[in-house]
Amino acid sequence: MCGIVGLLVKKPALRESLGALMVPMLIGMTERGPDSAGLAVYTSPVSDRQHKLSLYSGMHAVDWSQLLGSISNEFVQHHEIAVHGNQAVLTTAADADQVVTWLKRHAPLVAVLSVGRSIDLYKDVGAPADIARRYRFAELHGTHLVGHTRMATESAVTPAHAHPFTAGRDFCLVHNGSLSNPHLVRKHLEPLGIEFETDNDTEAACRFFEWRLREGDDLEKAVERGFSQLDGFFTFLMGTDTEMLIVRDAFACKPAVVAETDDYVAIASEFRSLAHLPDIGHATLFEPKPEEIYSWRI
Amino acid sequence: MANLKPLPSAREFDLSRDSLRQVNLYLHKHAVDEGISQIRVQNPDGAHSIACGLDADLDVHIHGHVGYYVAGMNQRASVTVYGNAGPGAAENMMSGRVHVKGFASTAAGASAHGGLLVIDGDASLRCGISLKGGDIVVGGSVGSFSAFMAQAGRIVICGDAEDALGDSLYEAVIYVRGKVRSLGADARFEPMSDSDRAAVKGLLAAAGRSEDPGEFKRVASAKSLYHWHADANQEY
Repeated sequence: MCGIVGLLVKKPALRESLGALMVPMLIGMTERGPDSAGLAVYTSPVSDRQHKLSLYSGMHAVDWSQLLGSISNEFVQHHEIAVHGNQAVLTTAADADQVVTWLKRHAPLVAVLSVGRSIDLYKDVGAPADIARRYRFAELHGTHLVGHTRMATESAVTPAHAHPFTAGRDFCLVHNGSLSNPHLVRKHLEPLGIEFETDNDTEAACRFFEWRLREGDDLEKAVERGFSQLDGFFTFLMGTDTEMLIVRDAFACKPAVVAETDDYVAIASEFRSLAHLPDIGHATLFEPKPEEIYSWRI
Repeated sequence: MANLKPLPSAREFDLSRDSLRQVNLYLHKHAVDEGISQIRVQNPDGAHSIACGLDADLDVHIHGHVGYYVAGMNQRASVTVYGNAGPGAAENMMSGRVHVKGFASTAAGASAHGGLLVIDGDASLRCGISLKGGDIVVGGSVGSFSAFMAQAGRIVICGDAEDALGDSLYEAVIYVRGKVRSLGADARFEPMSDSDRAAVKGLLAAAGRSEDPGEFKRVASAKSLYHWHADANQEY
């Protein structure tokens, strides 16, 4: 069992309240996912010459300003870092792939959680309320976000196994359910040069969809291909820099409710995570139908 | 005599203030002792298991959307939800009546032995799965695998049905007014008899609906899966 939450605000004035609106949604899903939580928030994009990298140091003490100094010595371009305890968002004008490669070699204790122009990613083990407090989720601004509370059933409870999973640029996925053929998917993707970081089933789905996006599919087309390639139970909620998408498997075993008003689209595994939202009494409420793709653009 | 206050006939709870356990404890134990039969619950906000396991002639009104298992295992009580219901509404109901004014999520009325479940809106997948004698009236449409392995009871669907309606049915009967995307294994359409029309008329009336019983089709078991055929080589 896990909990998923998603929120996309349509009214620019609400972007500053994105985090504050979402925190009760995430905490509302604690019973479905008490062991880990995380979210991807999509902010206004950095400039075309820049990328943002969300970094995570876990239990290790990392001197972020020293790391920034080392990166600045290695890459001549401009860099900035915003630190949130053991998480930091590095904004860099250097080539993002080269920075990731450099980090792997020179800062092996730092995990790269996401790369993109809009996405910031936070995930950790612990109760959702603690994680929300730890990373000040209530203060987050942005256009949309995708969040998850985890009750692990098929792989270890570690920050790396927490959701959202990311691949490529500005793409993330959270999952309620379990896949029965993640190893087959992985066996198909690894010979294409796609590297995996965990043994988690959701990572296989995330890397499958991102591979299809790179191959030229749009997200809807990639998801349609997934129906024949991914076996198991799923409610997937995905984010890109411009889109939020939800889809459930043919049996719709894992719940989801959507609430839409003129101001926002909010998604959660259960209504109890939506009940606090403004004007919820006038929202259009529905459950996504099996194998139907629902997406919203900012 | 003028000093005697009239006994309260209704009791109200507010789940934004009162705990779910308080509400269910009252419904299980104290309502009958206090002679209260009308209970209103405000701000359910998707809470699970509201009015579960009742066993008294209570009239419970829940104003808002509820989560999993509302009125599960209900006996005798009438429970009305002025909103939508999460998965497993009226699951394993034994008797009484549960009325969801909005839509119901998956497995509504699953394995209900008796009573009447009315859903004014749509019901999601697996509505009436393993039904064991209860009646279900759905004002809207039902999702796939509804009435799967239903053993006894009746399901009236005023709208459409998705895939595999009535898969592996036993003695339960389905009456459907709209389109059926596909029937499940061993389910078949059968002619409507006068007693079928009378049954639909009675169930619609009990649900407060006005559809024409003549517009419904009957789906029942072809009974070809009733017995194990050793020679069938598992080719069902």
